[in-house]
Amino acid sequence: MIENKIQKILDKFNRDKTRLMDILLHIQSEIGYIPQTLIQPIADGIDLSAADVLQTISFYHFFTLKPRGKYTIYLNNSIVAYMMGREKVAKVFEEECGCKFGEVTEDGLIGLFDTACIGMSDQEPAALINGKVFTNITTFRAREIIRDMKQGRKVEEMFATTFGDGKNASPLIRTIVRNRMKRTGPVLNMSYKAGNTLLKQVAQMTPKEVINEVKLSHLRGRGGAGFPTGLKWEFCRRASGEKKFVFCNADEGEPGTFKDRVILTEKPEMLFEGMTIAGYAIGAKEGILYLRYEYMYLKKYLEDVLDRLRKNNQLGPNTANIKGFDFDIRIQFGAGAYVCGEESALIESSEGKRGEPRNRPPFPVEKGYLDYPTVVNNVETLCSVVRIIQNGGDWYRSLGTEESTGTKVLSVSGDCRYAGIYELEWGFTVSDILEMAGAENTLAVQVGGPSGALIGPDDFNRTLCYSDLATGGSFIIFNESRDILRDVVMNFTEFFIDESCGSCVPCRNIPTLLKHKLEKILQGHGTEKDITDIKEWGNMMQINRCGLGHTAANPVLTSLKNFRHLYEDKIQKTVEFDSGIDLAEAVAESCEFVDRIPKF
Amino acid sequence: MNKQIIFTIDQKECTSEAGKYIVDAARENGIYIPTLCNYKGVKPAGSCRVCTVKVNKRHLTACTTPVAEGMEIELNTTELNDLRKAVVEILFTEGNHFCPACEKSGNCELQALAYRFQIMAPRFPYQFNKRDVDASHPKILHDHNRCILCKRCIRAVKNEEGKSVFTFENRAKKVHIKLDEKLGDSLTDELAEKAMEVCPVGSILVKEKGFEIPIGERTYDKVPIGEMLITDK
Ligand SMILES: Cc1cc2nc3c(=O)[nH]c(=O)nc-3n(C[C@H](O)[C@H](O)[C@H](O)COP(=O)(O)O)c2cc1C
Ligand code: SF4
Ligand code: SF4
Ligand code: FES
Repeated sequence: MIENKIQKILDKFNRDKTRLMDILLHIQSEIGYIPQTLIQPIADGIDLSAADVLQTISFYHFFTLKPRGKYTIYLNNSIVAYMMGREKVAKVFEEECGCKFGEVTEDGLIGLFDTACIGMSDQEPAALINGKVFTNITTFRAREIIRDMKQGRKVEEMFATTFGDGKNASPLIRTIVRNRMKRTGPVLNMSYKAGNTLLKQVAQMTPKEVINEVKLSHLRGRGGAGFPTGLKWEFCRRASGEKKFVFCNADEGEPGTFKDRVILTEKPEMLFEGMTIAGYAIGAKEGILYLRYEYMYLKKYLEDVLDRLRKNNQLGPNTANIKGFDFDIRIQFGAGAYVCGEESALIESSEGKRGEPRNRPPFPVEKGYLDYPTVVNNVETLCSVVRIIQNGGDWYRSLGTEESTGTKVLSVSGDCRYAGIYELEWGFTVSDILEMAGAENTLAVQVGGPSGALIGPDDFNRTLCYSDLATGGSFIIFNESRDILRDVVMNFTEFFIDESCGSCVPCRNIPTLLKHKLEKILQGHGTEKDITDIKEWGNMMQINRCGLGHTAANPVLTSLKNFRHLYEDKIQKTVEFDSGIDLAEAVAESCEFVDRIPKF
Repeated sequence: MNKQIIFTIDQKECTSEAGKYIVDAARENGIYIPTLCNYKGVKPAGSCRVCTVKVNKRHLTACTTPVAEGMEIELNTTELNDLRKAVVEILFTEGNHFCPACEKSGNCELQALAYRFQIMAPRFPYQFNKRDVDASHPKILHDHNRCILCKRCIRAVKNEEGKSVFTFENRAKKVHIKLDEKLGDSLTDELAEKAMEVCPVGSILVKEKGFEIPIGERTYDKVPIGEMLITDK
């Protein structure tokens, strides 16, 4: 039986080893986990070794070799979830289930697991339950949810509220997730007419003209790194290769970011139009949307949009009536790994492998997916392109500031009245946003997520732009009730410890060492030496291979820079060395056993 | 033959073919760049970061970056030498290395680099990670305590179909080397020998074969790592 199913799934993907991610995702969705006994048959079916298959499986958070319960609850453990009451909710889940997080109930009914930010920071605490998103979970709801599970109800029947705003309520999504578009601007506003730009304008332009218009706009990548988009496309167009590929990076794993989720829900046509324009510009025939596993609830909806576009000649043979431009898009799901948002890791993952970033050079524009020239762009970047072609590069450049042109979509969350997404022209200050979001008594803001910077009031007059405070869009607000070191910095550091791909020696080790230093300081054992060590060791992270490693010490380093007094207050001023071990405590048990009181 | 280009390493003018990796180009010019995860003839991994150099204020790995015309490479600066030393120190604290009892002592690249960098005691605390010793295989002994996760075995030890006998499992701090069961069962003596040879440390050893050359007379006992280059020539 199962064997048959496996063979069917393998056939569906032409027994192509580069489609291992899809094969595993299918098997897991059929069976709930990937049984050990199937590893060798899968491997044989696609001409890999069993260890090859295992190395991919074991890399991803959501793949599992053991059953994780008929109902699997993945409760978000990002910082905002904690701020909004995760601990109490988690406790209720544990009590009601009679098992701890990381375990499955004895009867195999419910599994409780942690998971990193699921892109719902404006509606925490949130959880993924059998792929469906549950938001704003209270202790009351947690109890109800477990009760419903014990009664065997379907997950879809367990939503207590009406569906979310906008398209979230549409028949193919039906989720309680809310979009909270607090402010839209020139890119995301209502004036968008799907397909117009592609069919009426792009069809009249040469690829070179498209690239020139994008160059003229001075658009820079919105995924965080800020590389000029027009230039990237030009490099890819010029690179030699039989085929070329366009990827949209919708991995959105940076804690506190959720703008891509909102765009994917409200403006998927625009995103696909942007991918198609990119495809035309660089000479690609295939586009791939790399979508994070957490957004699986959008799958049917997005596939339906793609079908509609195919019917309207906005995809498929002779797309937009451009002869020979046969462009199509498929969705590639991830399986839970923040590092897969890094463009070369994203490509590796799409080839069915572990999401380990590649060494560069060569860059993806020369040698990317299946070694063909590849452009990877963020969701927001590709949407901006549609508007640039629609209204012209000059128009776009008139928005924002001279060196940071256009708009930026921010994901605002944390201690404020109006969490949600805000599309603003570049050049606004941190204070502007705090005011807009109704934040009061703000102690600190995390700009750009954990990989960005933690800043305090002294920096609130700084502007968000590429030359001052650059950001991929995550904006998390902390008020004066928050414990910066114990809660914020610790949570972010643990995030990076878990998400390193494990290749580079410093990235695999230093964050853990920094965490231990932080613990030592918080326990009152810290000395001045610990602070200098933190700084020195944190700076060693710059020799890592990818952006994750380069920024993984930022929570510690930027908090040390901007909140140094928090560290200074906790260290011992008169002690030069402290091993960090409380000797009396360490030997207490054995002393008790031999009935002796130690003399220190 | 590719185009000859000119570049500098610590201001010394060098020439090489365009497109060669910096480590190889440097060696041709008589300059040693310390490496650890790199292994002759296999695709570089760029994972240990020991070979880090600086070009244009940016850190690059010399084992993965090709030389280019006019490149100005910084190699032996105080900063870079300390970073390299730090990497080796971390590795000594991440694994559990008892050199005097190790079959690879004297042939071990990690140990040799520690001598070269004059490491007395690591600046980092020992992690005391619990690792396994796997003696279940008939031909090889796999001591994970000594593994530095350099992936040399993964990249170099392949069966006749080109499949890797070893792979990586898990991620982050949990990564470890795994031997494929089926391919492991049919491991030839030749491949077992090769696995031991490519492993820079004493993590993969061939069973029933030890201390053929006494300690004191081994590779790096005779010539310290990095000095060989000159004798090679
Ligand atoms: C660890 C890590 C995670 C990343 N995650 C994302 C992501 O989720 N989405 C994204 O668009 N870019 C992400 N990036 C940046 C990408 O590597 C890449 O620069 C970007 O997708 C390029 O698109 P853009 O030029 O349109 O910004 C990440 C980078 C790193 C190092
Ligand atoms: S820096 Fe970290 S995440 Fe990036 S490649 Fe190295 S180990 Fe992997
Ligand atoms: S077993 Fe040896 S060769 Fe393989 S990764 Fe470990 S140290 Fe490197
Ligand atoms: S030798 Fe270059 S990174 Fe290891």
